[in-house]
Amino acid sequence: MPDKVQLELVAPDRLLIAEEADMVVAPGGDGDFGILPGHAPLLSTLRPGTMDIYQDGKITQSFFVAGGFAEVTGERLTLLAEEAMPVAEIDRAAAEDRLKSAREAEAAADEGTSKVAEAERITAEAMLAAAESAGKGRT
Amino acid sequence: MPNLKDLRVRITSVTSTQKITSAMKMVAASKLRRAQVAAEEARPYADRMERMLGALTASLPTMDGAPRLLAGTGADKTHLLVAVTADRGLCGGFNGSIVRETRKRANDLIRDGKTVKILCVGRKGRDALKRDFSANIVDTLENLMKTGATFAVARDLAGRLNAMFEAGEFDVCTVIFNHFKTVISQETTTPQLIPFPLPEAADEAPTDAAAKAVYIMEPSEEEILEELLPRNLSVQIFRALLESFASEQGARMTAMDNATRNAGDMIDDLTMTYNRTRQAYITKELIEIISGAEAL
Repeated sequence: MPDKVQLELVAPDRLLIAEEADMVVAPGGDGDFGILPGHAPLLSTLRPGTMDIYQDGKITQSFFVAGGFAEVTGERLTLLAEEAMPVAEIDRAAAEDRLKSAREAEAAADEGTSKVAEAERITAEAMLAAAESAGKGRT
Repeated sequence: MPNLKDLRVRITSVTSTQKITSAMKMVAASKLRRAQVAAEEARPYADRMERMLGALTASLPTMDGAPRLLAGTGADKTHLLVAVTADRGLCGGFNGSIVRETRKRANDLIRDGKTVKILCVGRKGRDALKRDFSANIVDTLENLMKTGATFAVARDLAGRLNAMFEAGEFDVCTVIFNHFKTVISQETTTPQLIPFPLPEAADEAPTDAAAKAVYIMEPSEEEILEELLPRNLSVQIFRALLESFASEQGARMTAMDNATRNAGDMIDDLTMTYNRTRQAYITKELIEIISGAEAL
């Protein structure tokens, strides 16, 4: 059994990281899940949230991911995210602005666009939450 | 005998044209480099998406319960053609080949008794198509790609197509764009987006053993498919836009390179004529002076 997970985090416009990790915790659509080496094949949706990479029992890197999928095949974990960025790079002010405009859009949305607006608001909320938890000294 | 002043004016004008074309070539070349990088960086996502979709659909028992984006509406009545052209001209046969293909497809479909709708991405396509198909053009999207294709643009377009599809405005959607082969050659490709054709390889013996693995689905398979398909649509459109943008820059670069060269040839020709004419004038004047002197 391999002792590392091959992790790939891919956004539509680029490949963010491709590296080996001891464990990865990803925000699944039905709840967070941790992937250890040798995990059974899994396909899951992702909700907007933070993905943590563990090395030697500690979180070494955190990424904000929004909207996407995770695919696990044995030793490989592929995360497809529509948006992805290191948590440290989130701009608090920009995230707040985004949440504000998302709330306004949601209030103004009609039948057809309300789903899109709601998804945008949830993404913005998660982004802000990720930025806040990073600010509290979480590495 | 040609007028010297006229020749001088022409030489100046061709020289300034040459300056413009060579500047446009430089701009296209630098945009092309960026576009190529962007297209390359987008490839991993599209590849993984395809693999995931392959894995999902391979484990799908029948097409009956499949979402409509995959299974289609069951009808084949109304076709939507998305013609991806540039907003600007001066890029050789780039826009022309898209327009030609769109026109051919539209005519074929109309002959078969289908309803054709055309969505133009890029101003040039609309300009060329509105003469014959003004009734078929549902909308034109302009200035989508000033500095390059972004995923947000592709997502908006995909969302729009999805909404139109949900509203039953069309049954089959095909996108027509220039596939970037090399800098000097583009190939007009016409992949069908809705309903999305399954990757062929998934049906046959897969080379990747993992593709056949039984997956745990979270939440259910249908729900994942339901989410995956619209995203796949965005990705396919994103790919088309990126390819098209890179092709446009490539085509423009080639066209402007040729134009610059032609202008150079023309300047050489004109300079030659100019010098000959000037010499002829001088000779003529000398002859006049000499024969005048001899007459005395």
